[in-house]
Amino acid sequence: MSEKSTEGRPLKWVGTRPVRPDGVEKVTGRARYGADFARPDMLWGHVLRSPHAHARIRRIDVRRALELDGVKAIVTGDDLPEIASEQAFVGEEPTDYRMLSQNVLARGKVGYVGHAVAAVAATTSAVAEEALRLIEVDYEILPHVLDVLSATADDAPLVHDDLCDRKGVKKNPSNIANEIEMGHGDPEAAFTNADVVVDRSFTTQAVHQGYIEPHACLAEAGPDGQVTIWCSSQGQFMVRGYTAKLLGLDLAQVRVVPAEIGGGFGGKTTVYLEPLAVALSQRSGRPVKMVMSREEVFRATGPASATRIRVKIGATKEGQFLAGEAWLDYEAGAFPGSSVAAGSMTIFAPYAFEHARSHGRDILVNKPKSAAYRAPGAPMAAFAVESVVDDLARQLEIDPIDLRLQNAAREGVQSSFGPRYKRIGFVETLQAAQEHPHYDAPLQPNQGRGVAAGMWFNAGLQSSAAVMVNADGSVSVISGNPDIGGSRASLAMMAAEEFGIEYEKVGVRIGDTASVGYNDVTGGSRVTLATGKMVVEASQEVISQLCERAAKVWDVDVKRVHWADGKAKVLDDEAIEPLGLAEIATGAARTGGPIQAIASGSVRGVGMSFGVHLCDVEVDPETGKVDVIRYTAFQDAGRAIHPSYVEGQIQGGAAQGIGWALNEEYVFDDSGRLENSGFLDYRMPVASDLPMIDAVIIEVPNPDHPYGVRGVGEAPIVPPIPAVVNALRAATGVCFSDLPVSPPRVLEALDAVS
Amino acid sequence: MARVFLPRSLAPYTGGALEVEVPGETVRALIAGLEAAYPGLAEQLSGRLAVAIDGDIVADPYLEAIGAQSEVHFLPPVGGG
Repeated sequence: MSEKSTEGRPLKWVGTRPVRPDGVEKVTGRARYGADFARPDMLWGHVLRSPHAHARIRRIDVRRALELDGVKAIVTGDDLPEIASEQAFVGEEPTDYRMLSQNVLARGKVGYVGHAVAAVAATTSAVAEEALRLIEVDYEILPHVLDVLSATADDAPLVHDDLCDRKGVKKNPSNIANEIEMGHGDPEAAFTNADVVVDRSFTTQAVHQGYIEPHACLAEAGPDGQVTIWCSSQGQFMVRGYTAKLLGLDLAQVRVVPAEIGGGFGGKTTVYLEPLAVALSQRSGRPVKMVMSREEVFRATGPASATRIRVKIGATKEGQFLAGEAWLDYEAGAFPGSSVAAGSMTIFAPYAFEHARSHGRDILVNKPKSAAYRAPGAPMAAFAVESVVDDLARQLEIDPIDLRLQNAAREGVQSSFGPRYKRIGFVETLQAAQEHPHYDAPLQPNQGRGVAAGMWFNAGLQSSAAVMVNADGSVSVISGNPDIGGSRASLAMMAAEEFGIEYEKVGVRIGDTASVGYNDVTGGSRVTLATGKMVVEASQEVISQLCERAAKVWDVDVKRVHWADGKAKVLDDEAIEPLGLAEIATGAARTGGPIQAIASGSVRGVGMSFGVHLCDVEVDPETGKVDVIRYTAFQDAGRAIHPSYVEGQIQGGAAQGIGWALNEEYVFDDSGRLENSGFLDYRMPVASDLPMIDAVIIEVPNPDHPYGVRGVGEAPIVPPIPAVVNALRAATGVCFSDLPVSPPRVLEALDAVS
Repeated sequence: MARVFLPRSLAPYTGGALEVEVPGETVRALIAGLEAAYPGLAEQLSGRLAVAIDGDIVADPYLEAIGAQSEVHFLPPVGGG
């Protein structure tokens, strides 16, 4: 624990379950989301999208559309600045500003059905939509590729013929945008010493993050060049940075006001509409509002990659893993930047391998540019590796948790992605699962139980927070991260703990880009961890100031003053009445003015989070339908600041992973057109599909965080796919290697066996 | 001197070595040391990257301190969703 650790200190708020600060606004419908903003004289914007998977744009004629009454502005690729090639960082997927700009609005050619070609602003939404029909685009249709196999064939059409390396040198023509290799030892040699080797290949399909709120924004560009954007995203500073970059604006010209967010899960760590809305507002001189339809969300924004993964593990007959090797091909979509690097890093991460290697390839296809989705890249990798571990347990006749315990990564072990682990809680999480009543509960015919594990890193990145003491003794905290999973509550609780005041006396607001220092996105399970650390640091600085002010009031040396139980006290003189927050703040004008502090930093102390899930399924042999009948998820949270939110994260991640396993997939026709672009045909699990998901929190504190926090938001989606598929195998005896394990696929497999 | 572990993709710059010892009290100094020993390597490490210093992963770690016995791994940047 760090010097200012809370270990051994009694905690009043951390670990409790106070009422969530955003609850009333949300359940009463008063919370304002991206589409809830309006301005006087506002226009409506819509986007013309490509009907082709791959085509050259010969000509765009907007004259007829501009003549339509009510149309005020149109932008095409020619109207946006050409952006130089420069690395950007979008969620998990590093990409290139030039490519980002081309994804926002096509230049020269389109790369997928749904690719934006032009944007229109008009006085009504209907007029803007009508104008889209009047825009004439002359396409030269090009051959397309829709999966990694056809994209890597020798004669594959090229999605891009101008890919460059870091030095700007053109690469050899290929749809392989990037390759990555990591690991240690010599797996090839080690496999020869193995008593058993399992070598299997797997496929997964592109899936949607499932956020309910579509992308939406309102932008207003003033005559003075100042721009304001109101939108829902996972990072107001991300929106500001990308929009300014793509339009050639100074960051100081752009203010982004964050709305509440109706789900993001990684899908809102990039921009689609905001630069277009600003460009339309600049041209029309009026505010422009843009809201995607559900169909647009599916066709034009980024899903998680479809993948092909091969995993090979060799072990001794006693169950010792000797070597692991994996080959991961991830679809990037029409622009480089899948999550294959993270998949390659996490695939063997839960286990101690002397010899491990992963080979990842980022592959271009004519589909929407993939985007981050909760622990990006890791769930597909976990599906592959945990299925193989399940195979090994069966072949070696070893209990699957015993096998994982025998090989579990722990402190000091060299991870498969390089560094040695610091204190982690994987062993404790496995033990908790093994000791839980679920693990030995009896099963009925056609039922099976699966177990699977997974990890996710947590990101540190850059955070800022401001903490202010108000005259009445309440405390205001400003965070620069949209609250997508309970960060207002967790930040308030840590601040209340530091000050020794009631939780209700702390108000947390999410600041716009002009009211708080820079913050990286709300992603990477990082806000409670990283921004929380900044809140703690700023609170401690404010407490130092409070002690100084109290010392001035008492006219004593500040070294004699300390802070305890929400009050400044003189250490060696109990006769002096302690001063509370309100008393010091009320008199602040006489002792030096307002009391506040800002903390900013590149945050270290990332703690890995491991999860282990138990899943029971029941299979209907007549229909192939698979029901999850019991599910228990165990996760090391480091320390759960607000256990209800942690449980919610675990339940949400499990539900998403179960959907990914059982039903979810983007279905494209041969022309590259998505056939299920709505929640009716894209089947996500709803409450009636799932049992209560029991969340069990394990607490192995992160030694590098003042409250022991490990990020919890993403790890819960890593184990569910293999937990479901391993359960299905236990129930049916059939090995499933392709997702989703939907009723037709299950029925086909059962028929083949029978 | 710190032990530095490089991604396999950089092996051509080091004659195949993936584990090297380089002097330097910060990541910046370490990269300068790597460039002196293996010309061209610094440019490969100049983009957005993460470094694990004794197991602690740090994004954009230019000025992070390196101990004399530290293990330093250069990694792809880790973000999230």
